Amino acid sequence: MDSIIQVQAVSKSYWRDSFEIPVLNNVSFEIPAGEYLALMGPSGSGKTTLLNLIAGIDRPDKGQISVAGTNIGSLSESQLAKWRSTHVGFIFQFYNLIPVLTAYENVELPLLLTSLSKKERRQHVEAALTVVGLQDRMQHYPKQLSGGQEQRVAIARAIATDPTILVADEPTGDLDKNSADEILKLLERLNTEFHKTIVMVTHDPRAAEKARVVRHLDKGEFKRS
Amino acid sequence: MKVFKLIFKNALRHKLRTVLTVVGIAIAVMAFGLLRTVVTAWSSGVEASAANRLITRQAISFIFPLPYSYRDQIAKIPGVDKVTYANWFGGTYIDKNQFFARLAVDAETNFDLYPEFLVPADQLTTFKRERNSCIVGSDLAQRYKLKIGDEMQMDGDIYPGTWNFVVRGIYKPRDKSTDATQMFFHWQYVDERMKQDTPGRAGNVGWYVIRISDPARAGIISEQVDALFKNSRAETKTETERAFQQGFVASAGAIITAMNFISFVIIGIILLVVGNTMIMSARERTREYAVLKTLGFSAGHLVGLILGESLFISLLGGGLGLLVTYPFIAGFAAVVPKGFFPVFNIEPITVILAGSSAILVGLLASLFPIQRALGTKIVDGLRHIG
Ligand SMILES: Nc1ncnc2c1ncn2[C@@H]1O[C@H](COP(=O)(O)OP(=O)(O)O)[C@@H](O)[C@H]1O
Ligand SMILES: [Mg+2]
Repeated sequence: MDSIIQVQAVSKSYWRDSFEIPVLNNVSFEIPAGEYLALMGPSGSGKTTLLNLIAGIDRPDKGQISVAGTNIGSLSESQLAKWRSTHVGFIFQFYNLIPVLTAYENVELPLLLTSLSKKERRQHVEAALTVVGLQDRMQHYPKQLSGGQEQRVAIARAIATDPTILVADEPTGDLDKNSADEILKLLERLNTEFHKTIVMVTHDPRAAEKARVVRHLDKGEFKRS
Repeated sequence: MKVFKLIFKNALRHKLRTVLTVVGIAIAVMAFGLLRTVVTAWSSGVEASAANRLITRQAISFIFPLPYSYRDQIAKIPGVDKVTYANWFGGTYIDKNQFFARLAVDAETNFDLYPEFLVPADQLTTFKRERNSCIVGSDLAQRYKLKIGDEMQMDGDIYPGTWNFVVRGIYKPRDKSTDATQMFFHWQYVDERMKQDTPGRAGNVGWYVIRISDPARAGIISEQVDALFKNSRAETKTETERAFQQGFVASAGAIITAMNFISFVIIGIILLVVGNTMIMSARERTREYAVLKTLGFSAGHLVGLILGESLFISLLGGGLGLLVTYPFIAGFAAVVPKGFFPVFNIEPITVILAGSSAILVGLLASLFPIQRALGTKIVDGLRHIG
């Protein structure tokens, strides 16, 4: 099976003052297209860091990452920004919606960077909000929605541009059980029904259960599973 | 939705803060406008002065008089076209709060040297013929509801006694900067009374006004005039009218300098107000800017967003400020003693200065937030808790 994400010998450290904090140590793995992967591991093990590298919002110190055939390390900052807007859909733990924009406008935001007409944008936004079941909440502002609904808007924003991969960092980490279940069901549907490749960071075993593959990260290295 | 809409929504995110900022800018712009207007009103005499007129005054101070006999001597200097003279009359009209220039002048020649005062020909003829007549500016006529034939009674101080003048002419200003609040009457009329009452003070004029044919020779002719009266009882100092006016204004110069300085301090204050608002916003939105960058928005988009908001706020405040400046200055002009400033207008340059200051402030206030938004790495911005 073709792998859509290739991570080769990636290392990454952060610097706090003059102290080096090693986070990832020579990590290599591949993710096939259509995969639904859960990255697990204790807090501070480097899950978010690895996800950020794959999603192209941070760069490794060593090693190489390719997504859908593009070596993203070779892209300039602005090329990388453009690449993210077409290839990656982001889902964050705290939703990260823009509070002054309605659900509709939040989902429309990444579409503003495309060449779509206003009418085409509306079709995309409505379709995405329908997938997440919020077609009747389009004019609501984030603070008028529940946490679960906010996260669904965030998912709609992530899929509106029809990206190559979806990355989710603890998408249920801030939700009650019922809302979390809804979100997990939604992600599962996106994978099975819409064939989206999903990389999800979580430390919730119930969340990981839904994924097709689970990998465990500890102290910057994969544990044998 | 366009990015413009996000600018607008961002600016109105904290309505109270934005309103306070906008009002702060508006008040500062209004104060700026008022100060600039007072400063220009003060120096408008300088701007209105002609390049081909020289003023000859007593060398020590223009409060000391010059002999009338100098007139013919000055007139003989080559390059001198015409000579006239005037005296500051002072006096009280109605009450002590009525300020306007009252000048005893040579009725024959005064208006030949001041073409900016437009007097109808027939009125000028009557004025020249009647010794107790006067000509007043149109603003003055309007202020005191004066018509041709009306009497104006003055209580003299420099020239004691009661003086009655009949309005025989009303002049109109030629230019916007022309003072239309002056009053002219016959020097001969005043001097005759002096001959009778205090003969020692008769035959004196306050200053001479000289029209020269070539403005480029102003320096040489001034020197020649002053050379004529060197070592005499009353030495002279001759300079261009512009220099003379500047000297007059210089007595208020320190105040004007201070006002000029303050008007720019005000711009600094606006900068701090807008800058503070923008910096607070930028800090609160650190994570949002990181999210926008994550979604693929470029540095240019963020610059547009932040700069747009900063300009929106400063231009809103600046526009509002200018709008209220007009009624405010009209109100101010009504409170200031009448005639204190002969010309009191909001100059276009004041509007331009205030407008461009607002734009500049908008630009400067966004620099730090832009630098912060662009300089923060996405991963750090996303971890920001605020
Ligand atoms: N932007 C950053 N700057 C400095 N240190 C960081 C940064 N991001 C993560 N770290 C540090 O790297 C380590 C791994 O962080 P992270 O990848 O967020 O772990 P996880 O998501 O598994 O909890 C932690 O010690 C964290 O403090
Ligand atoms: Mg994490």
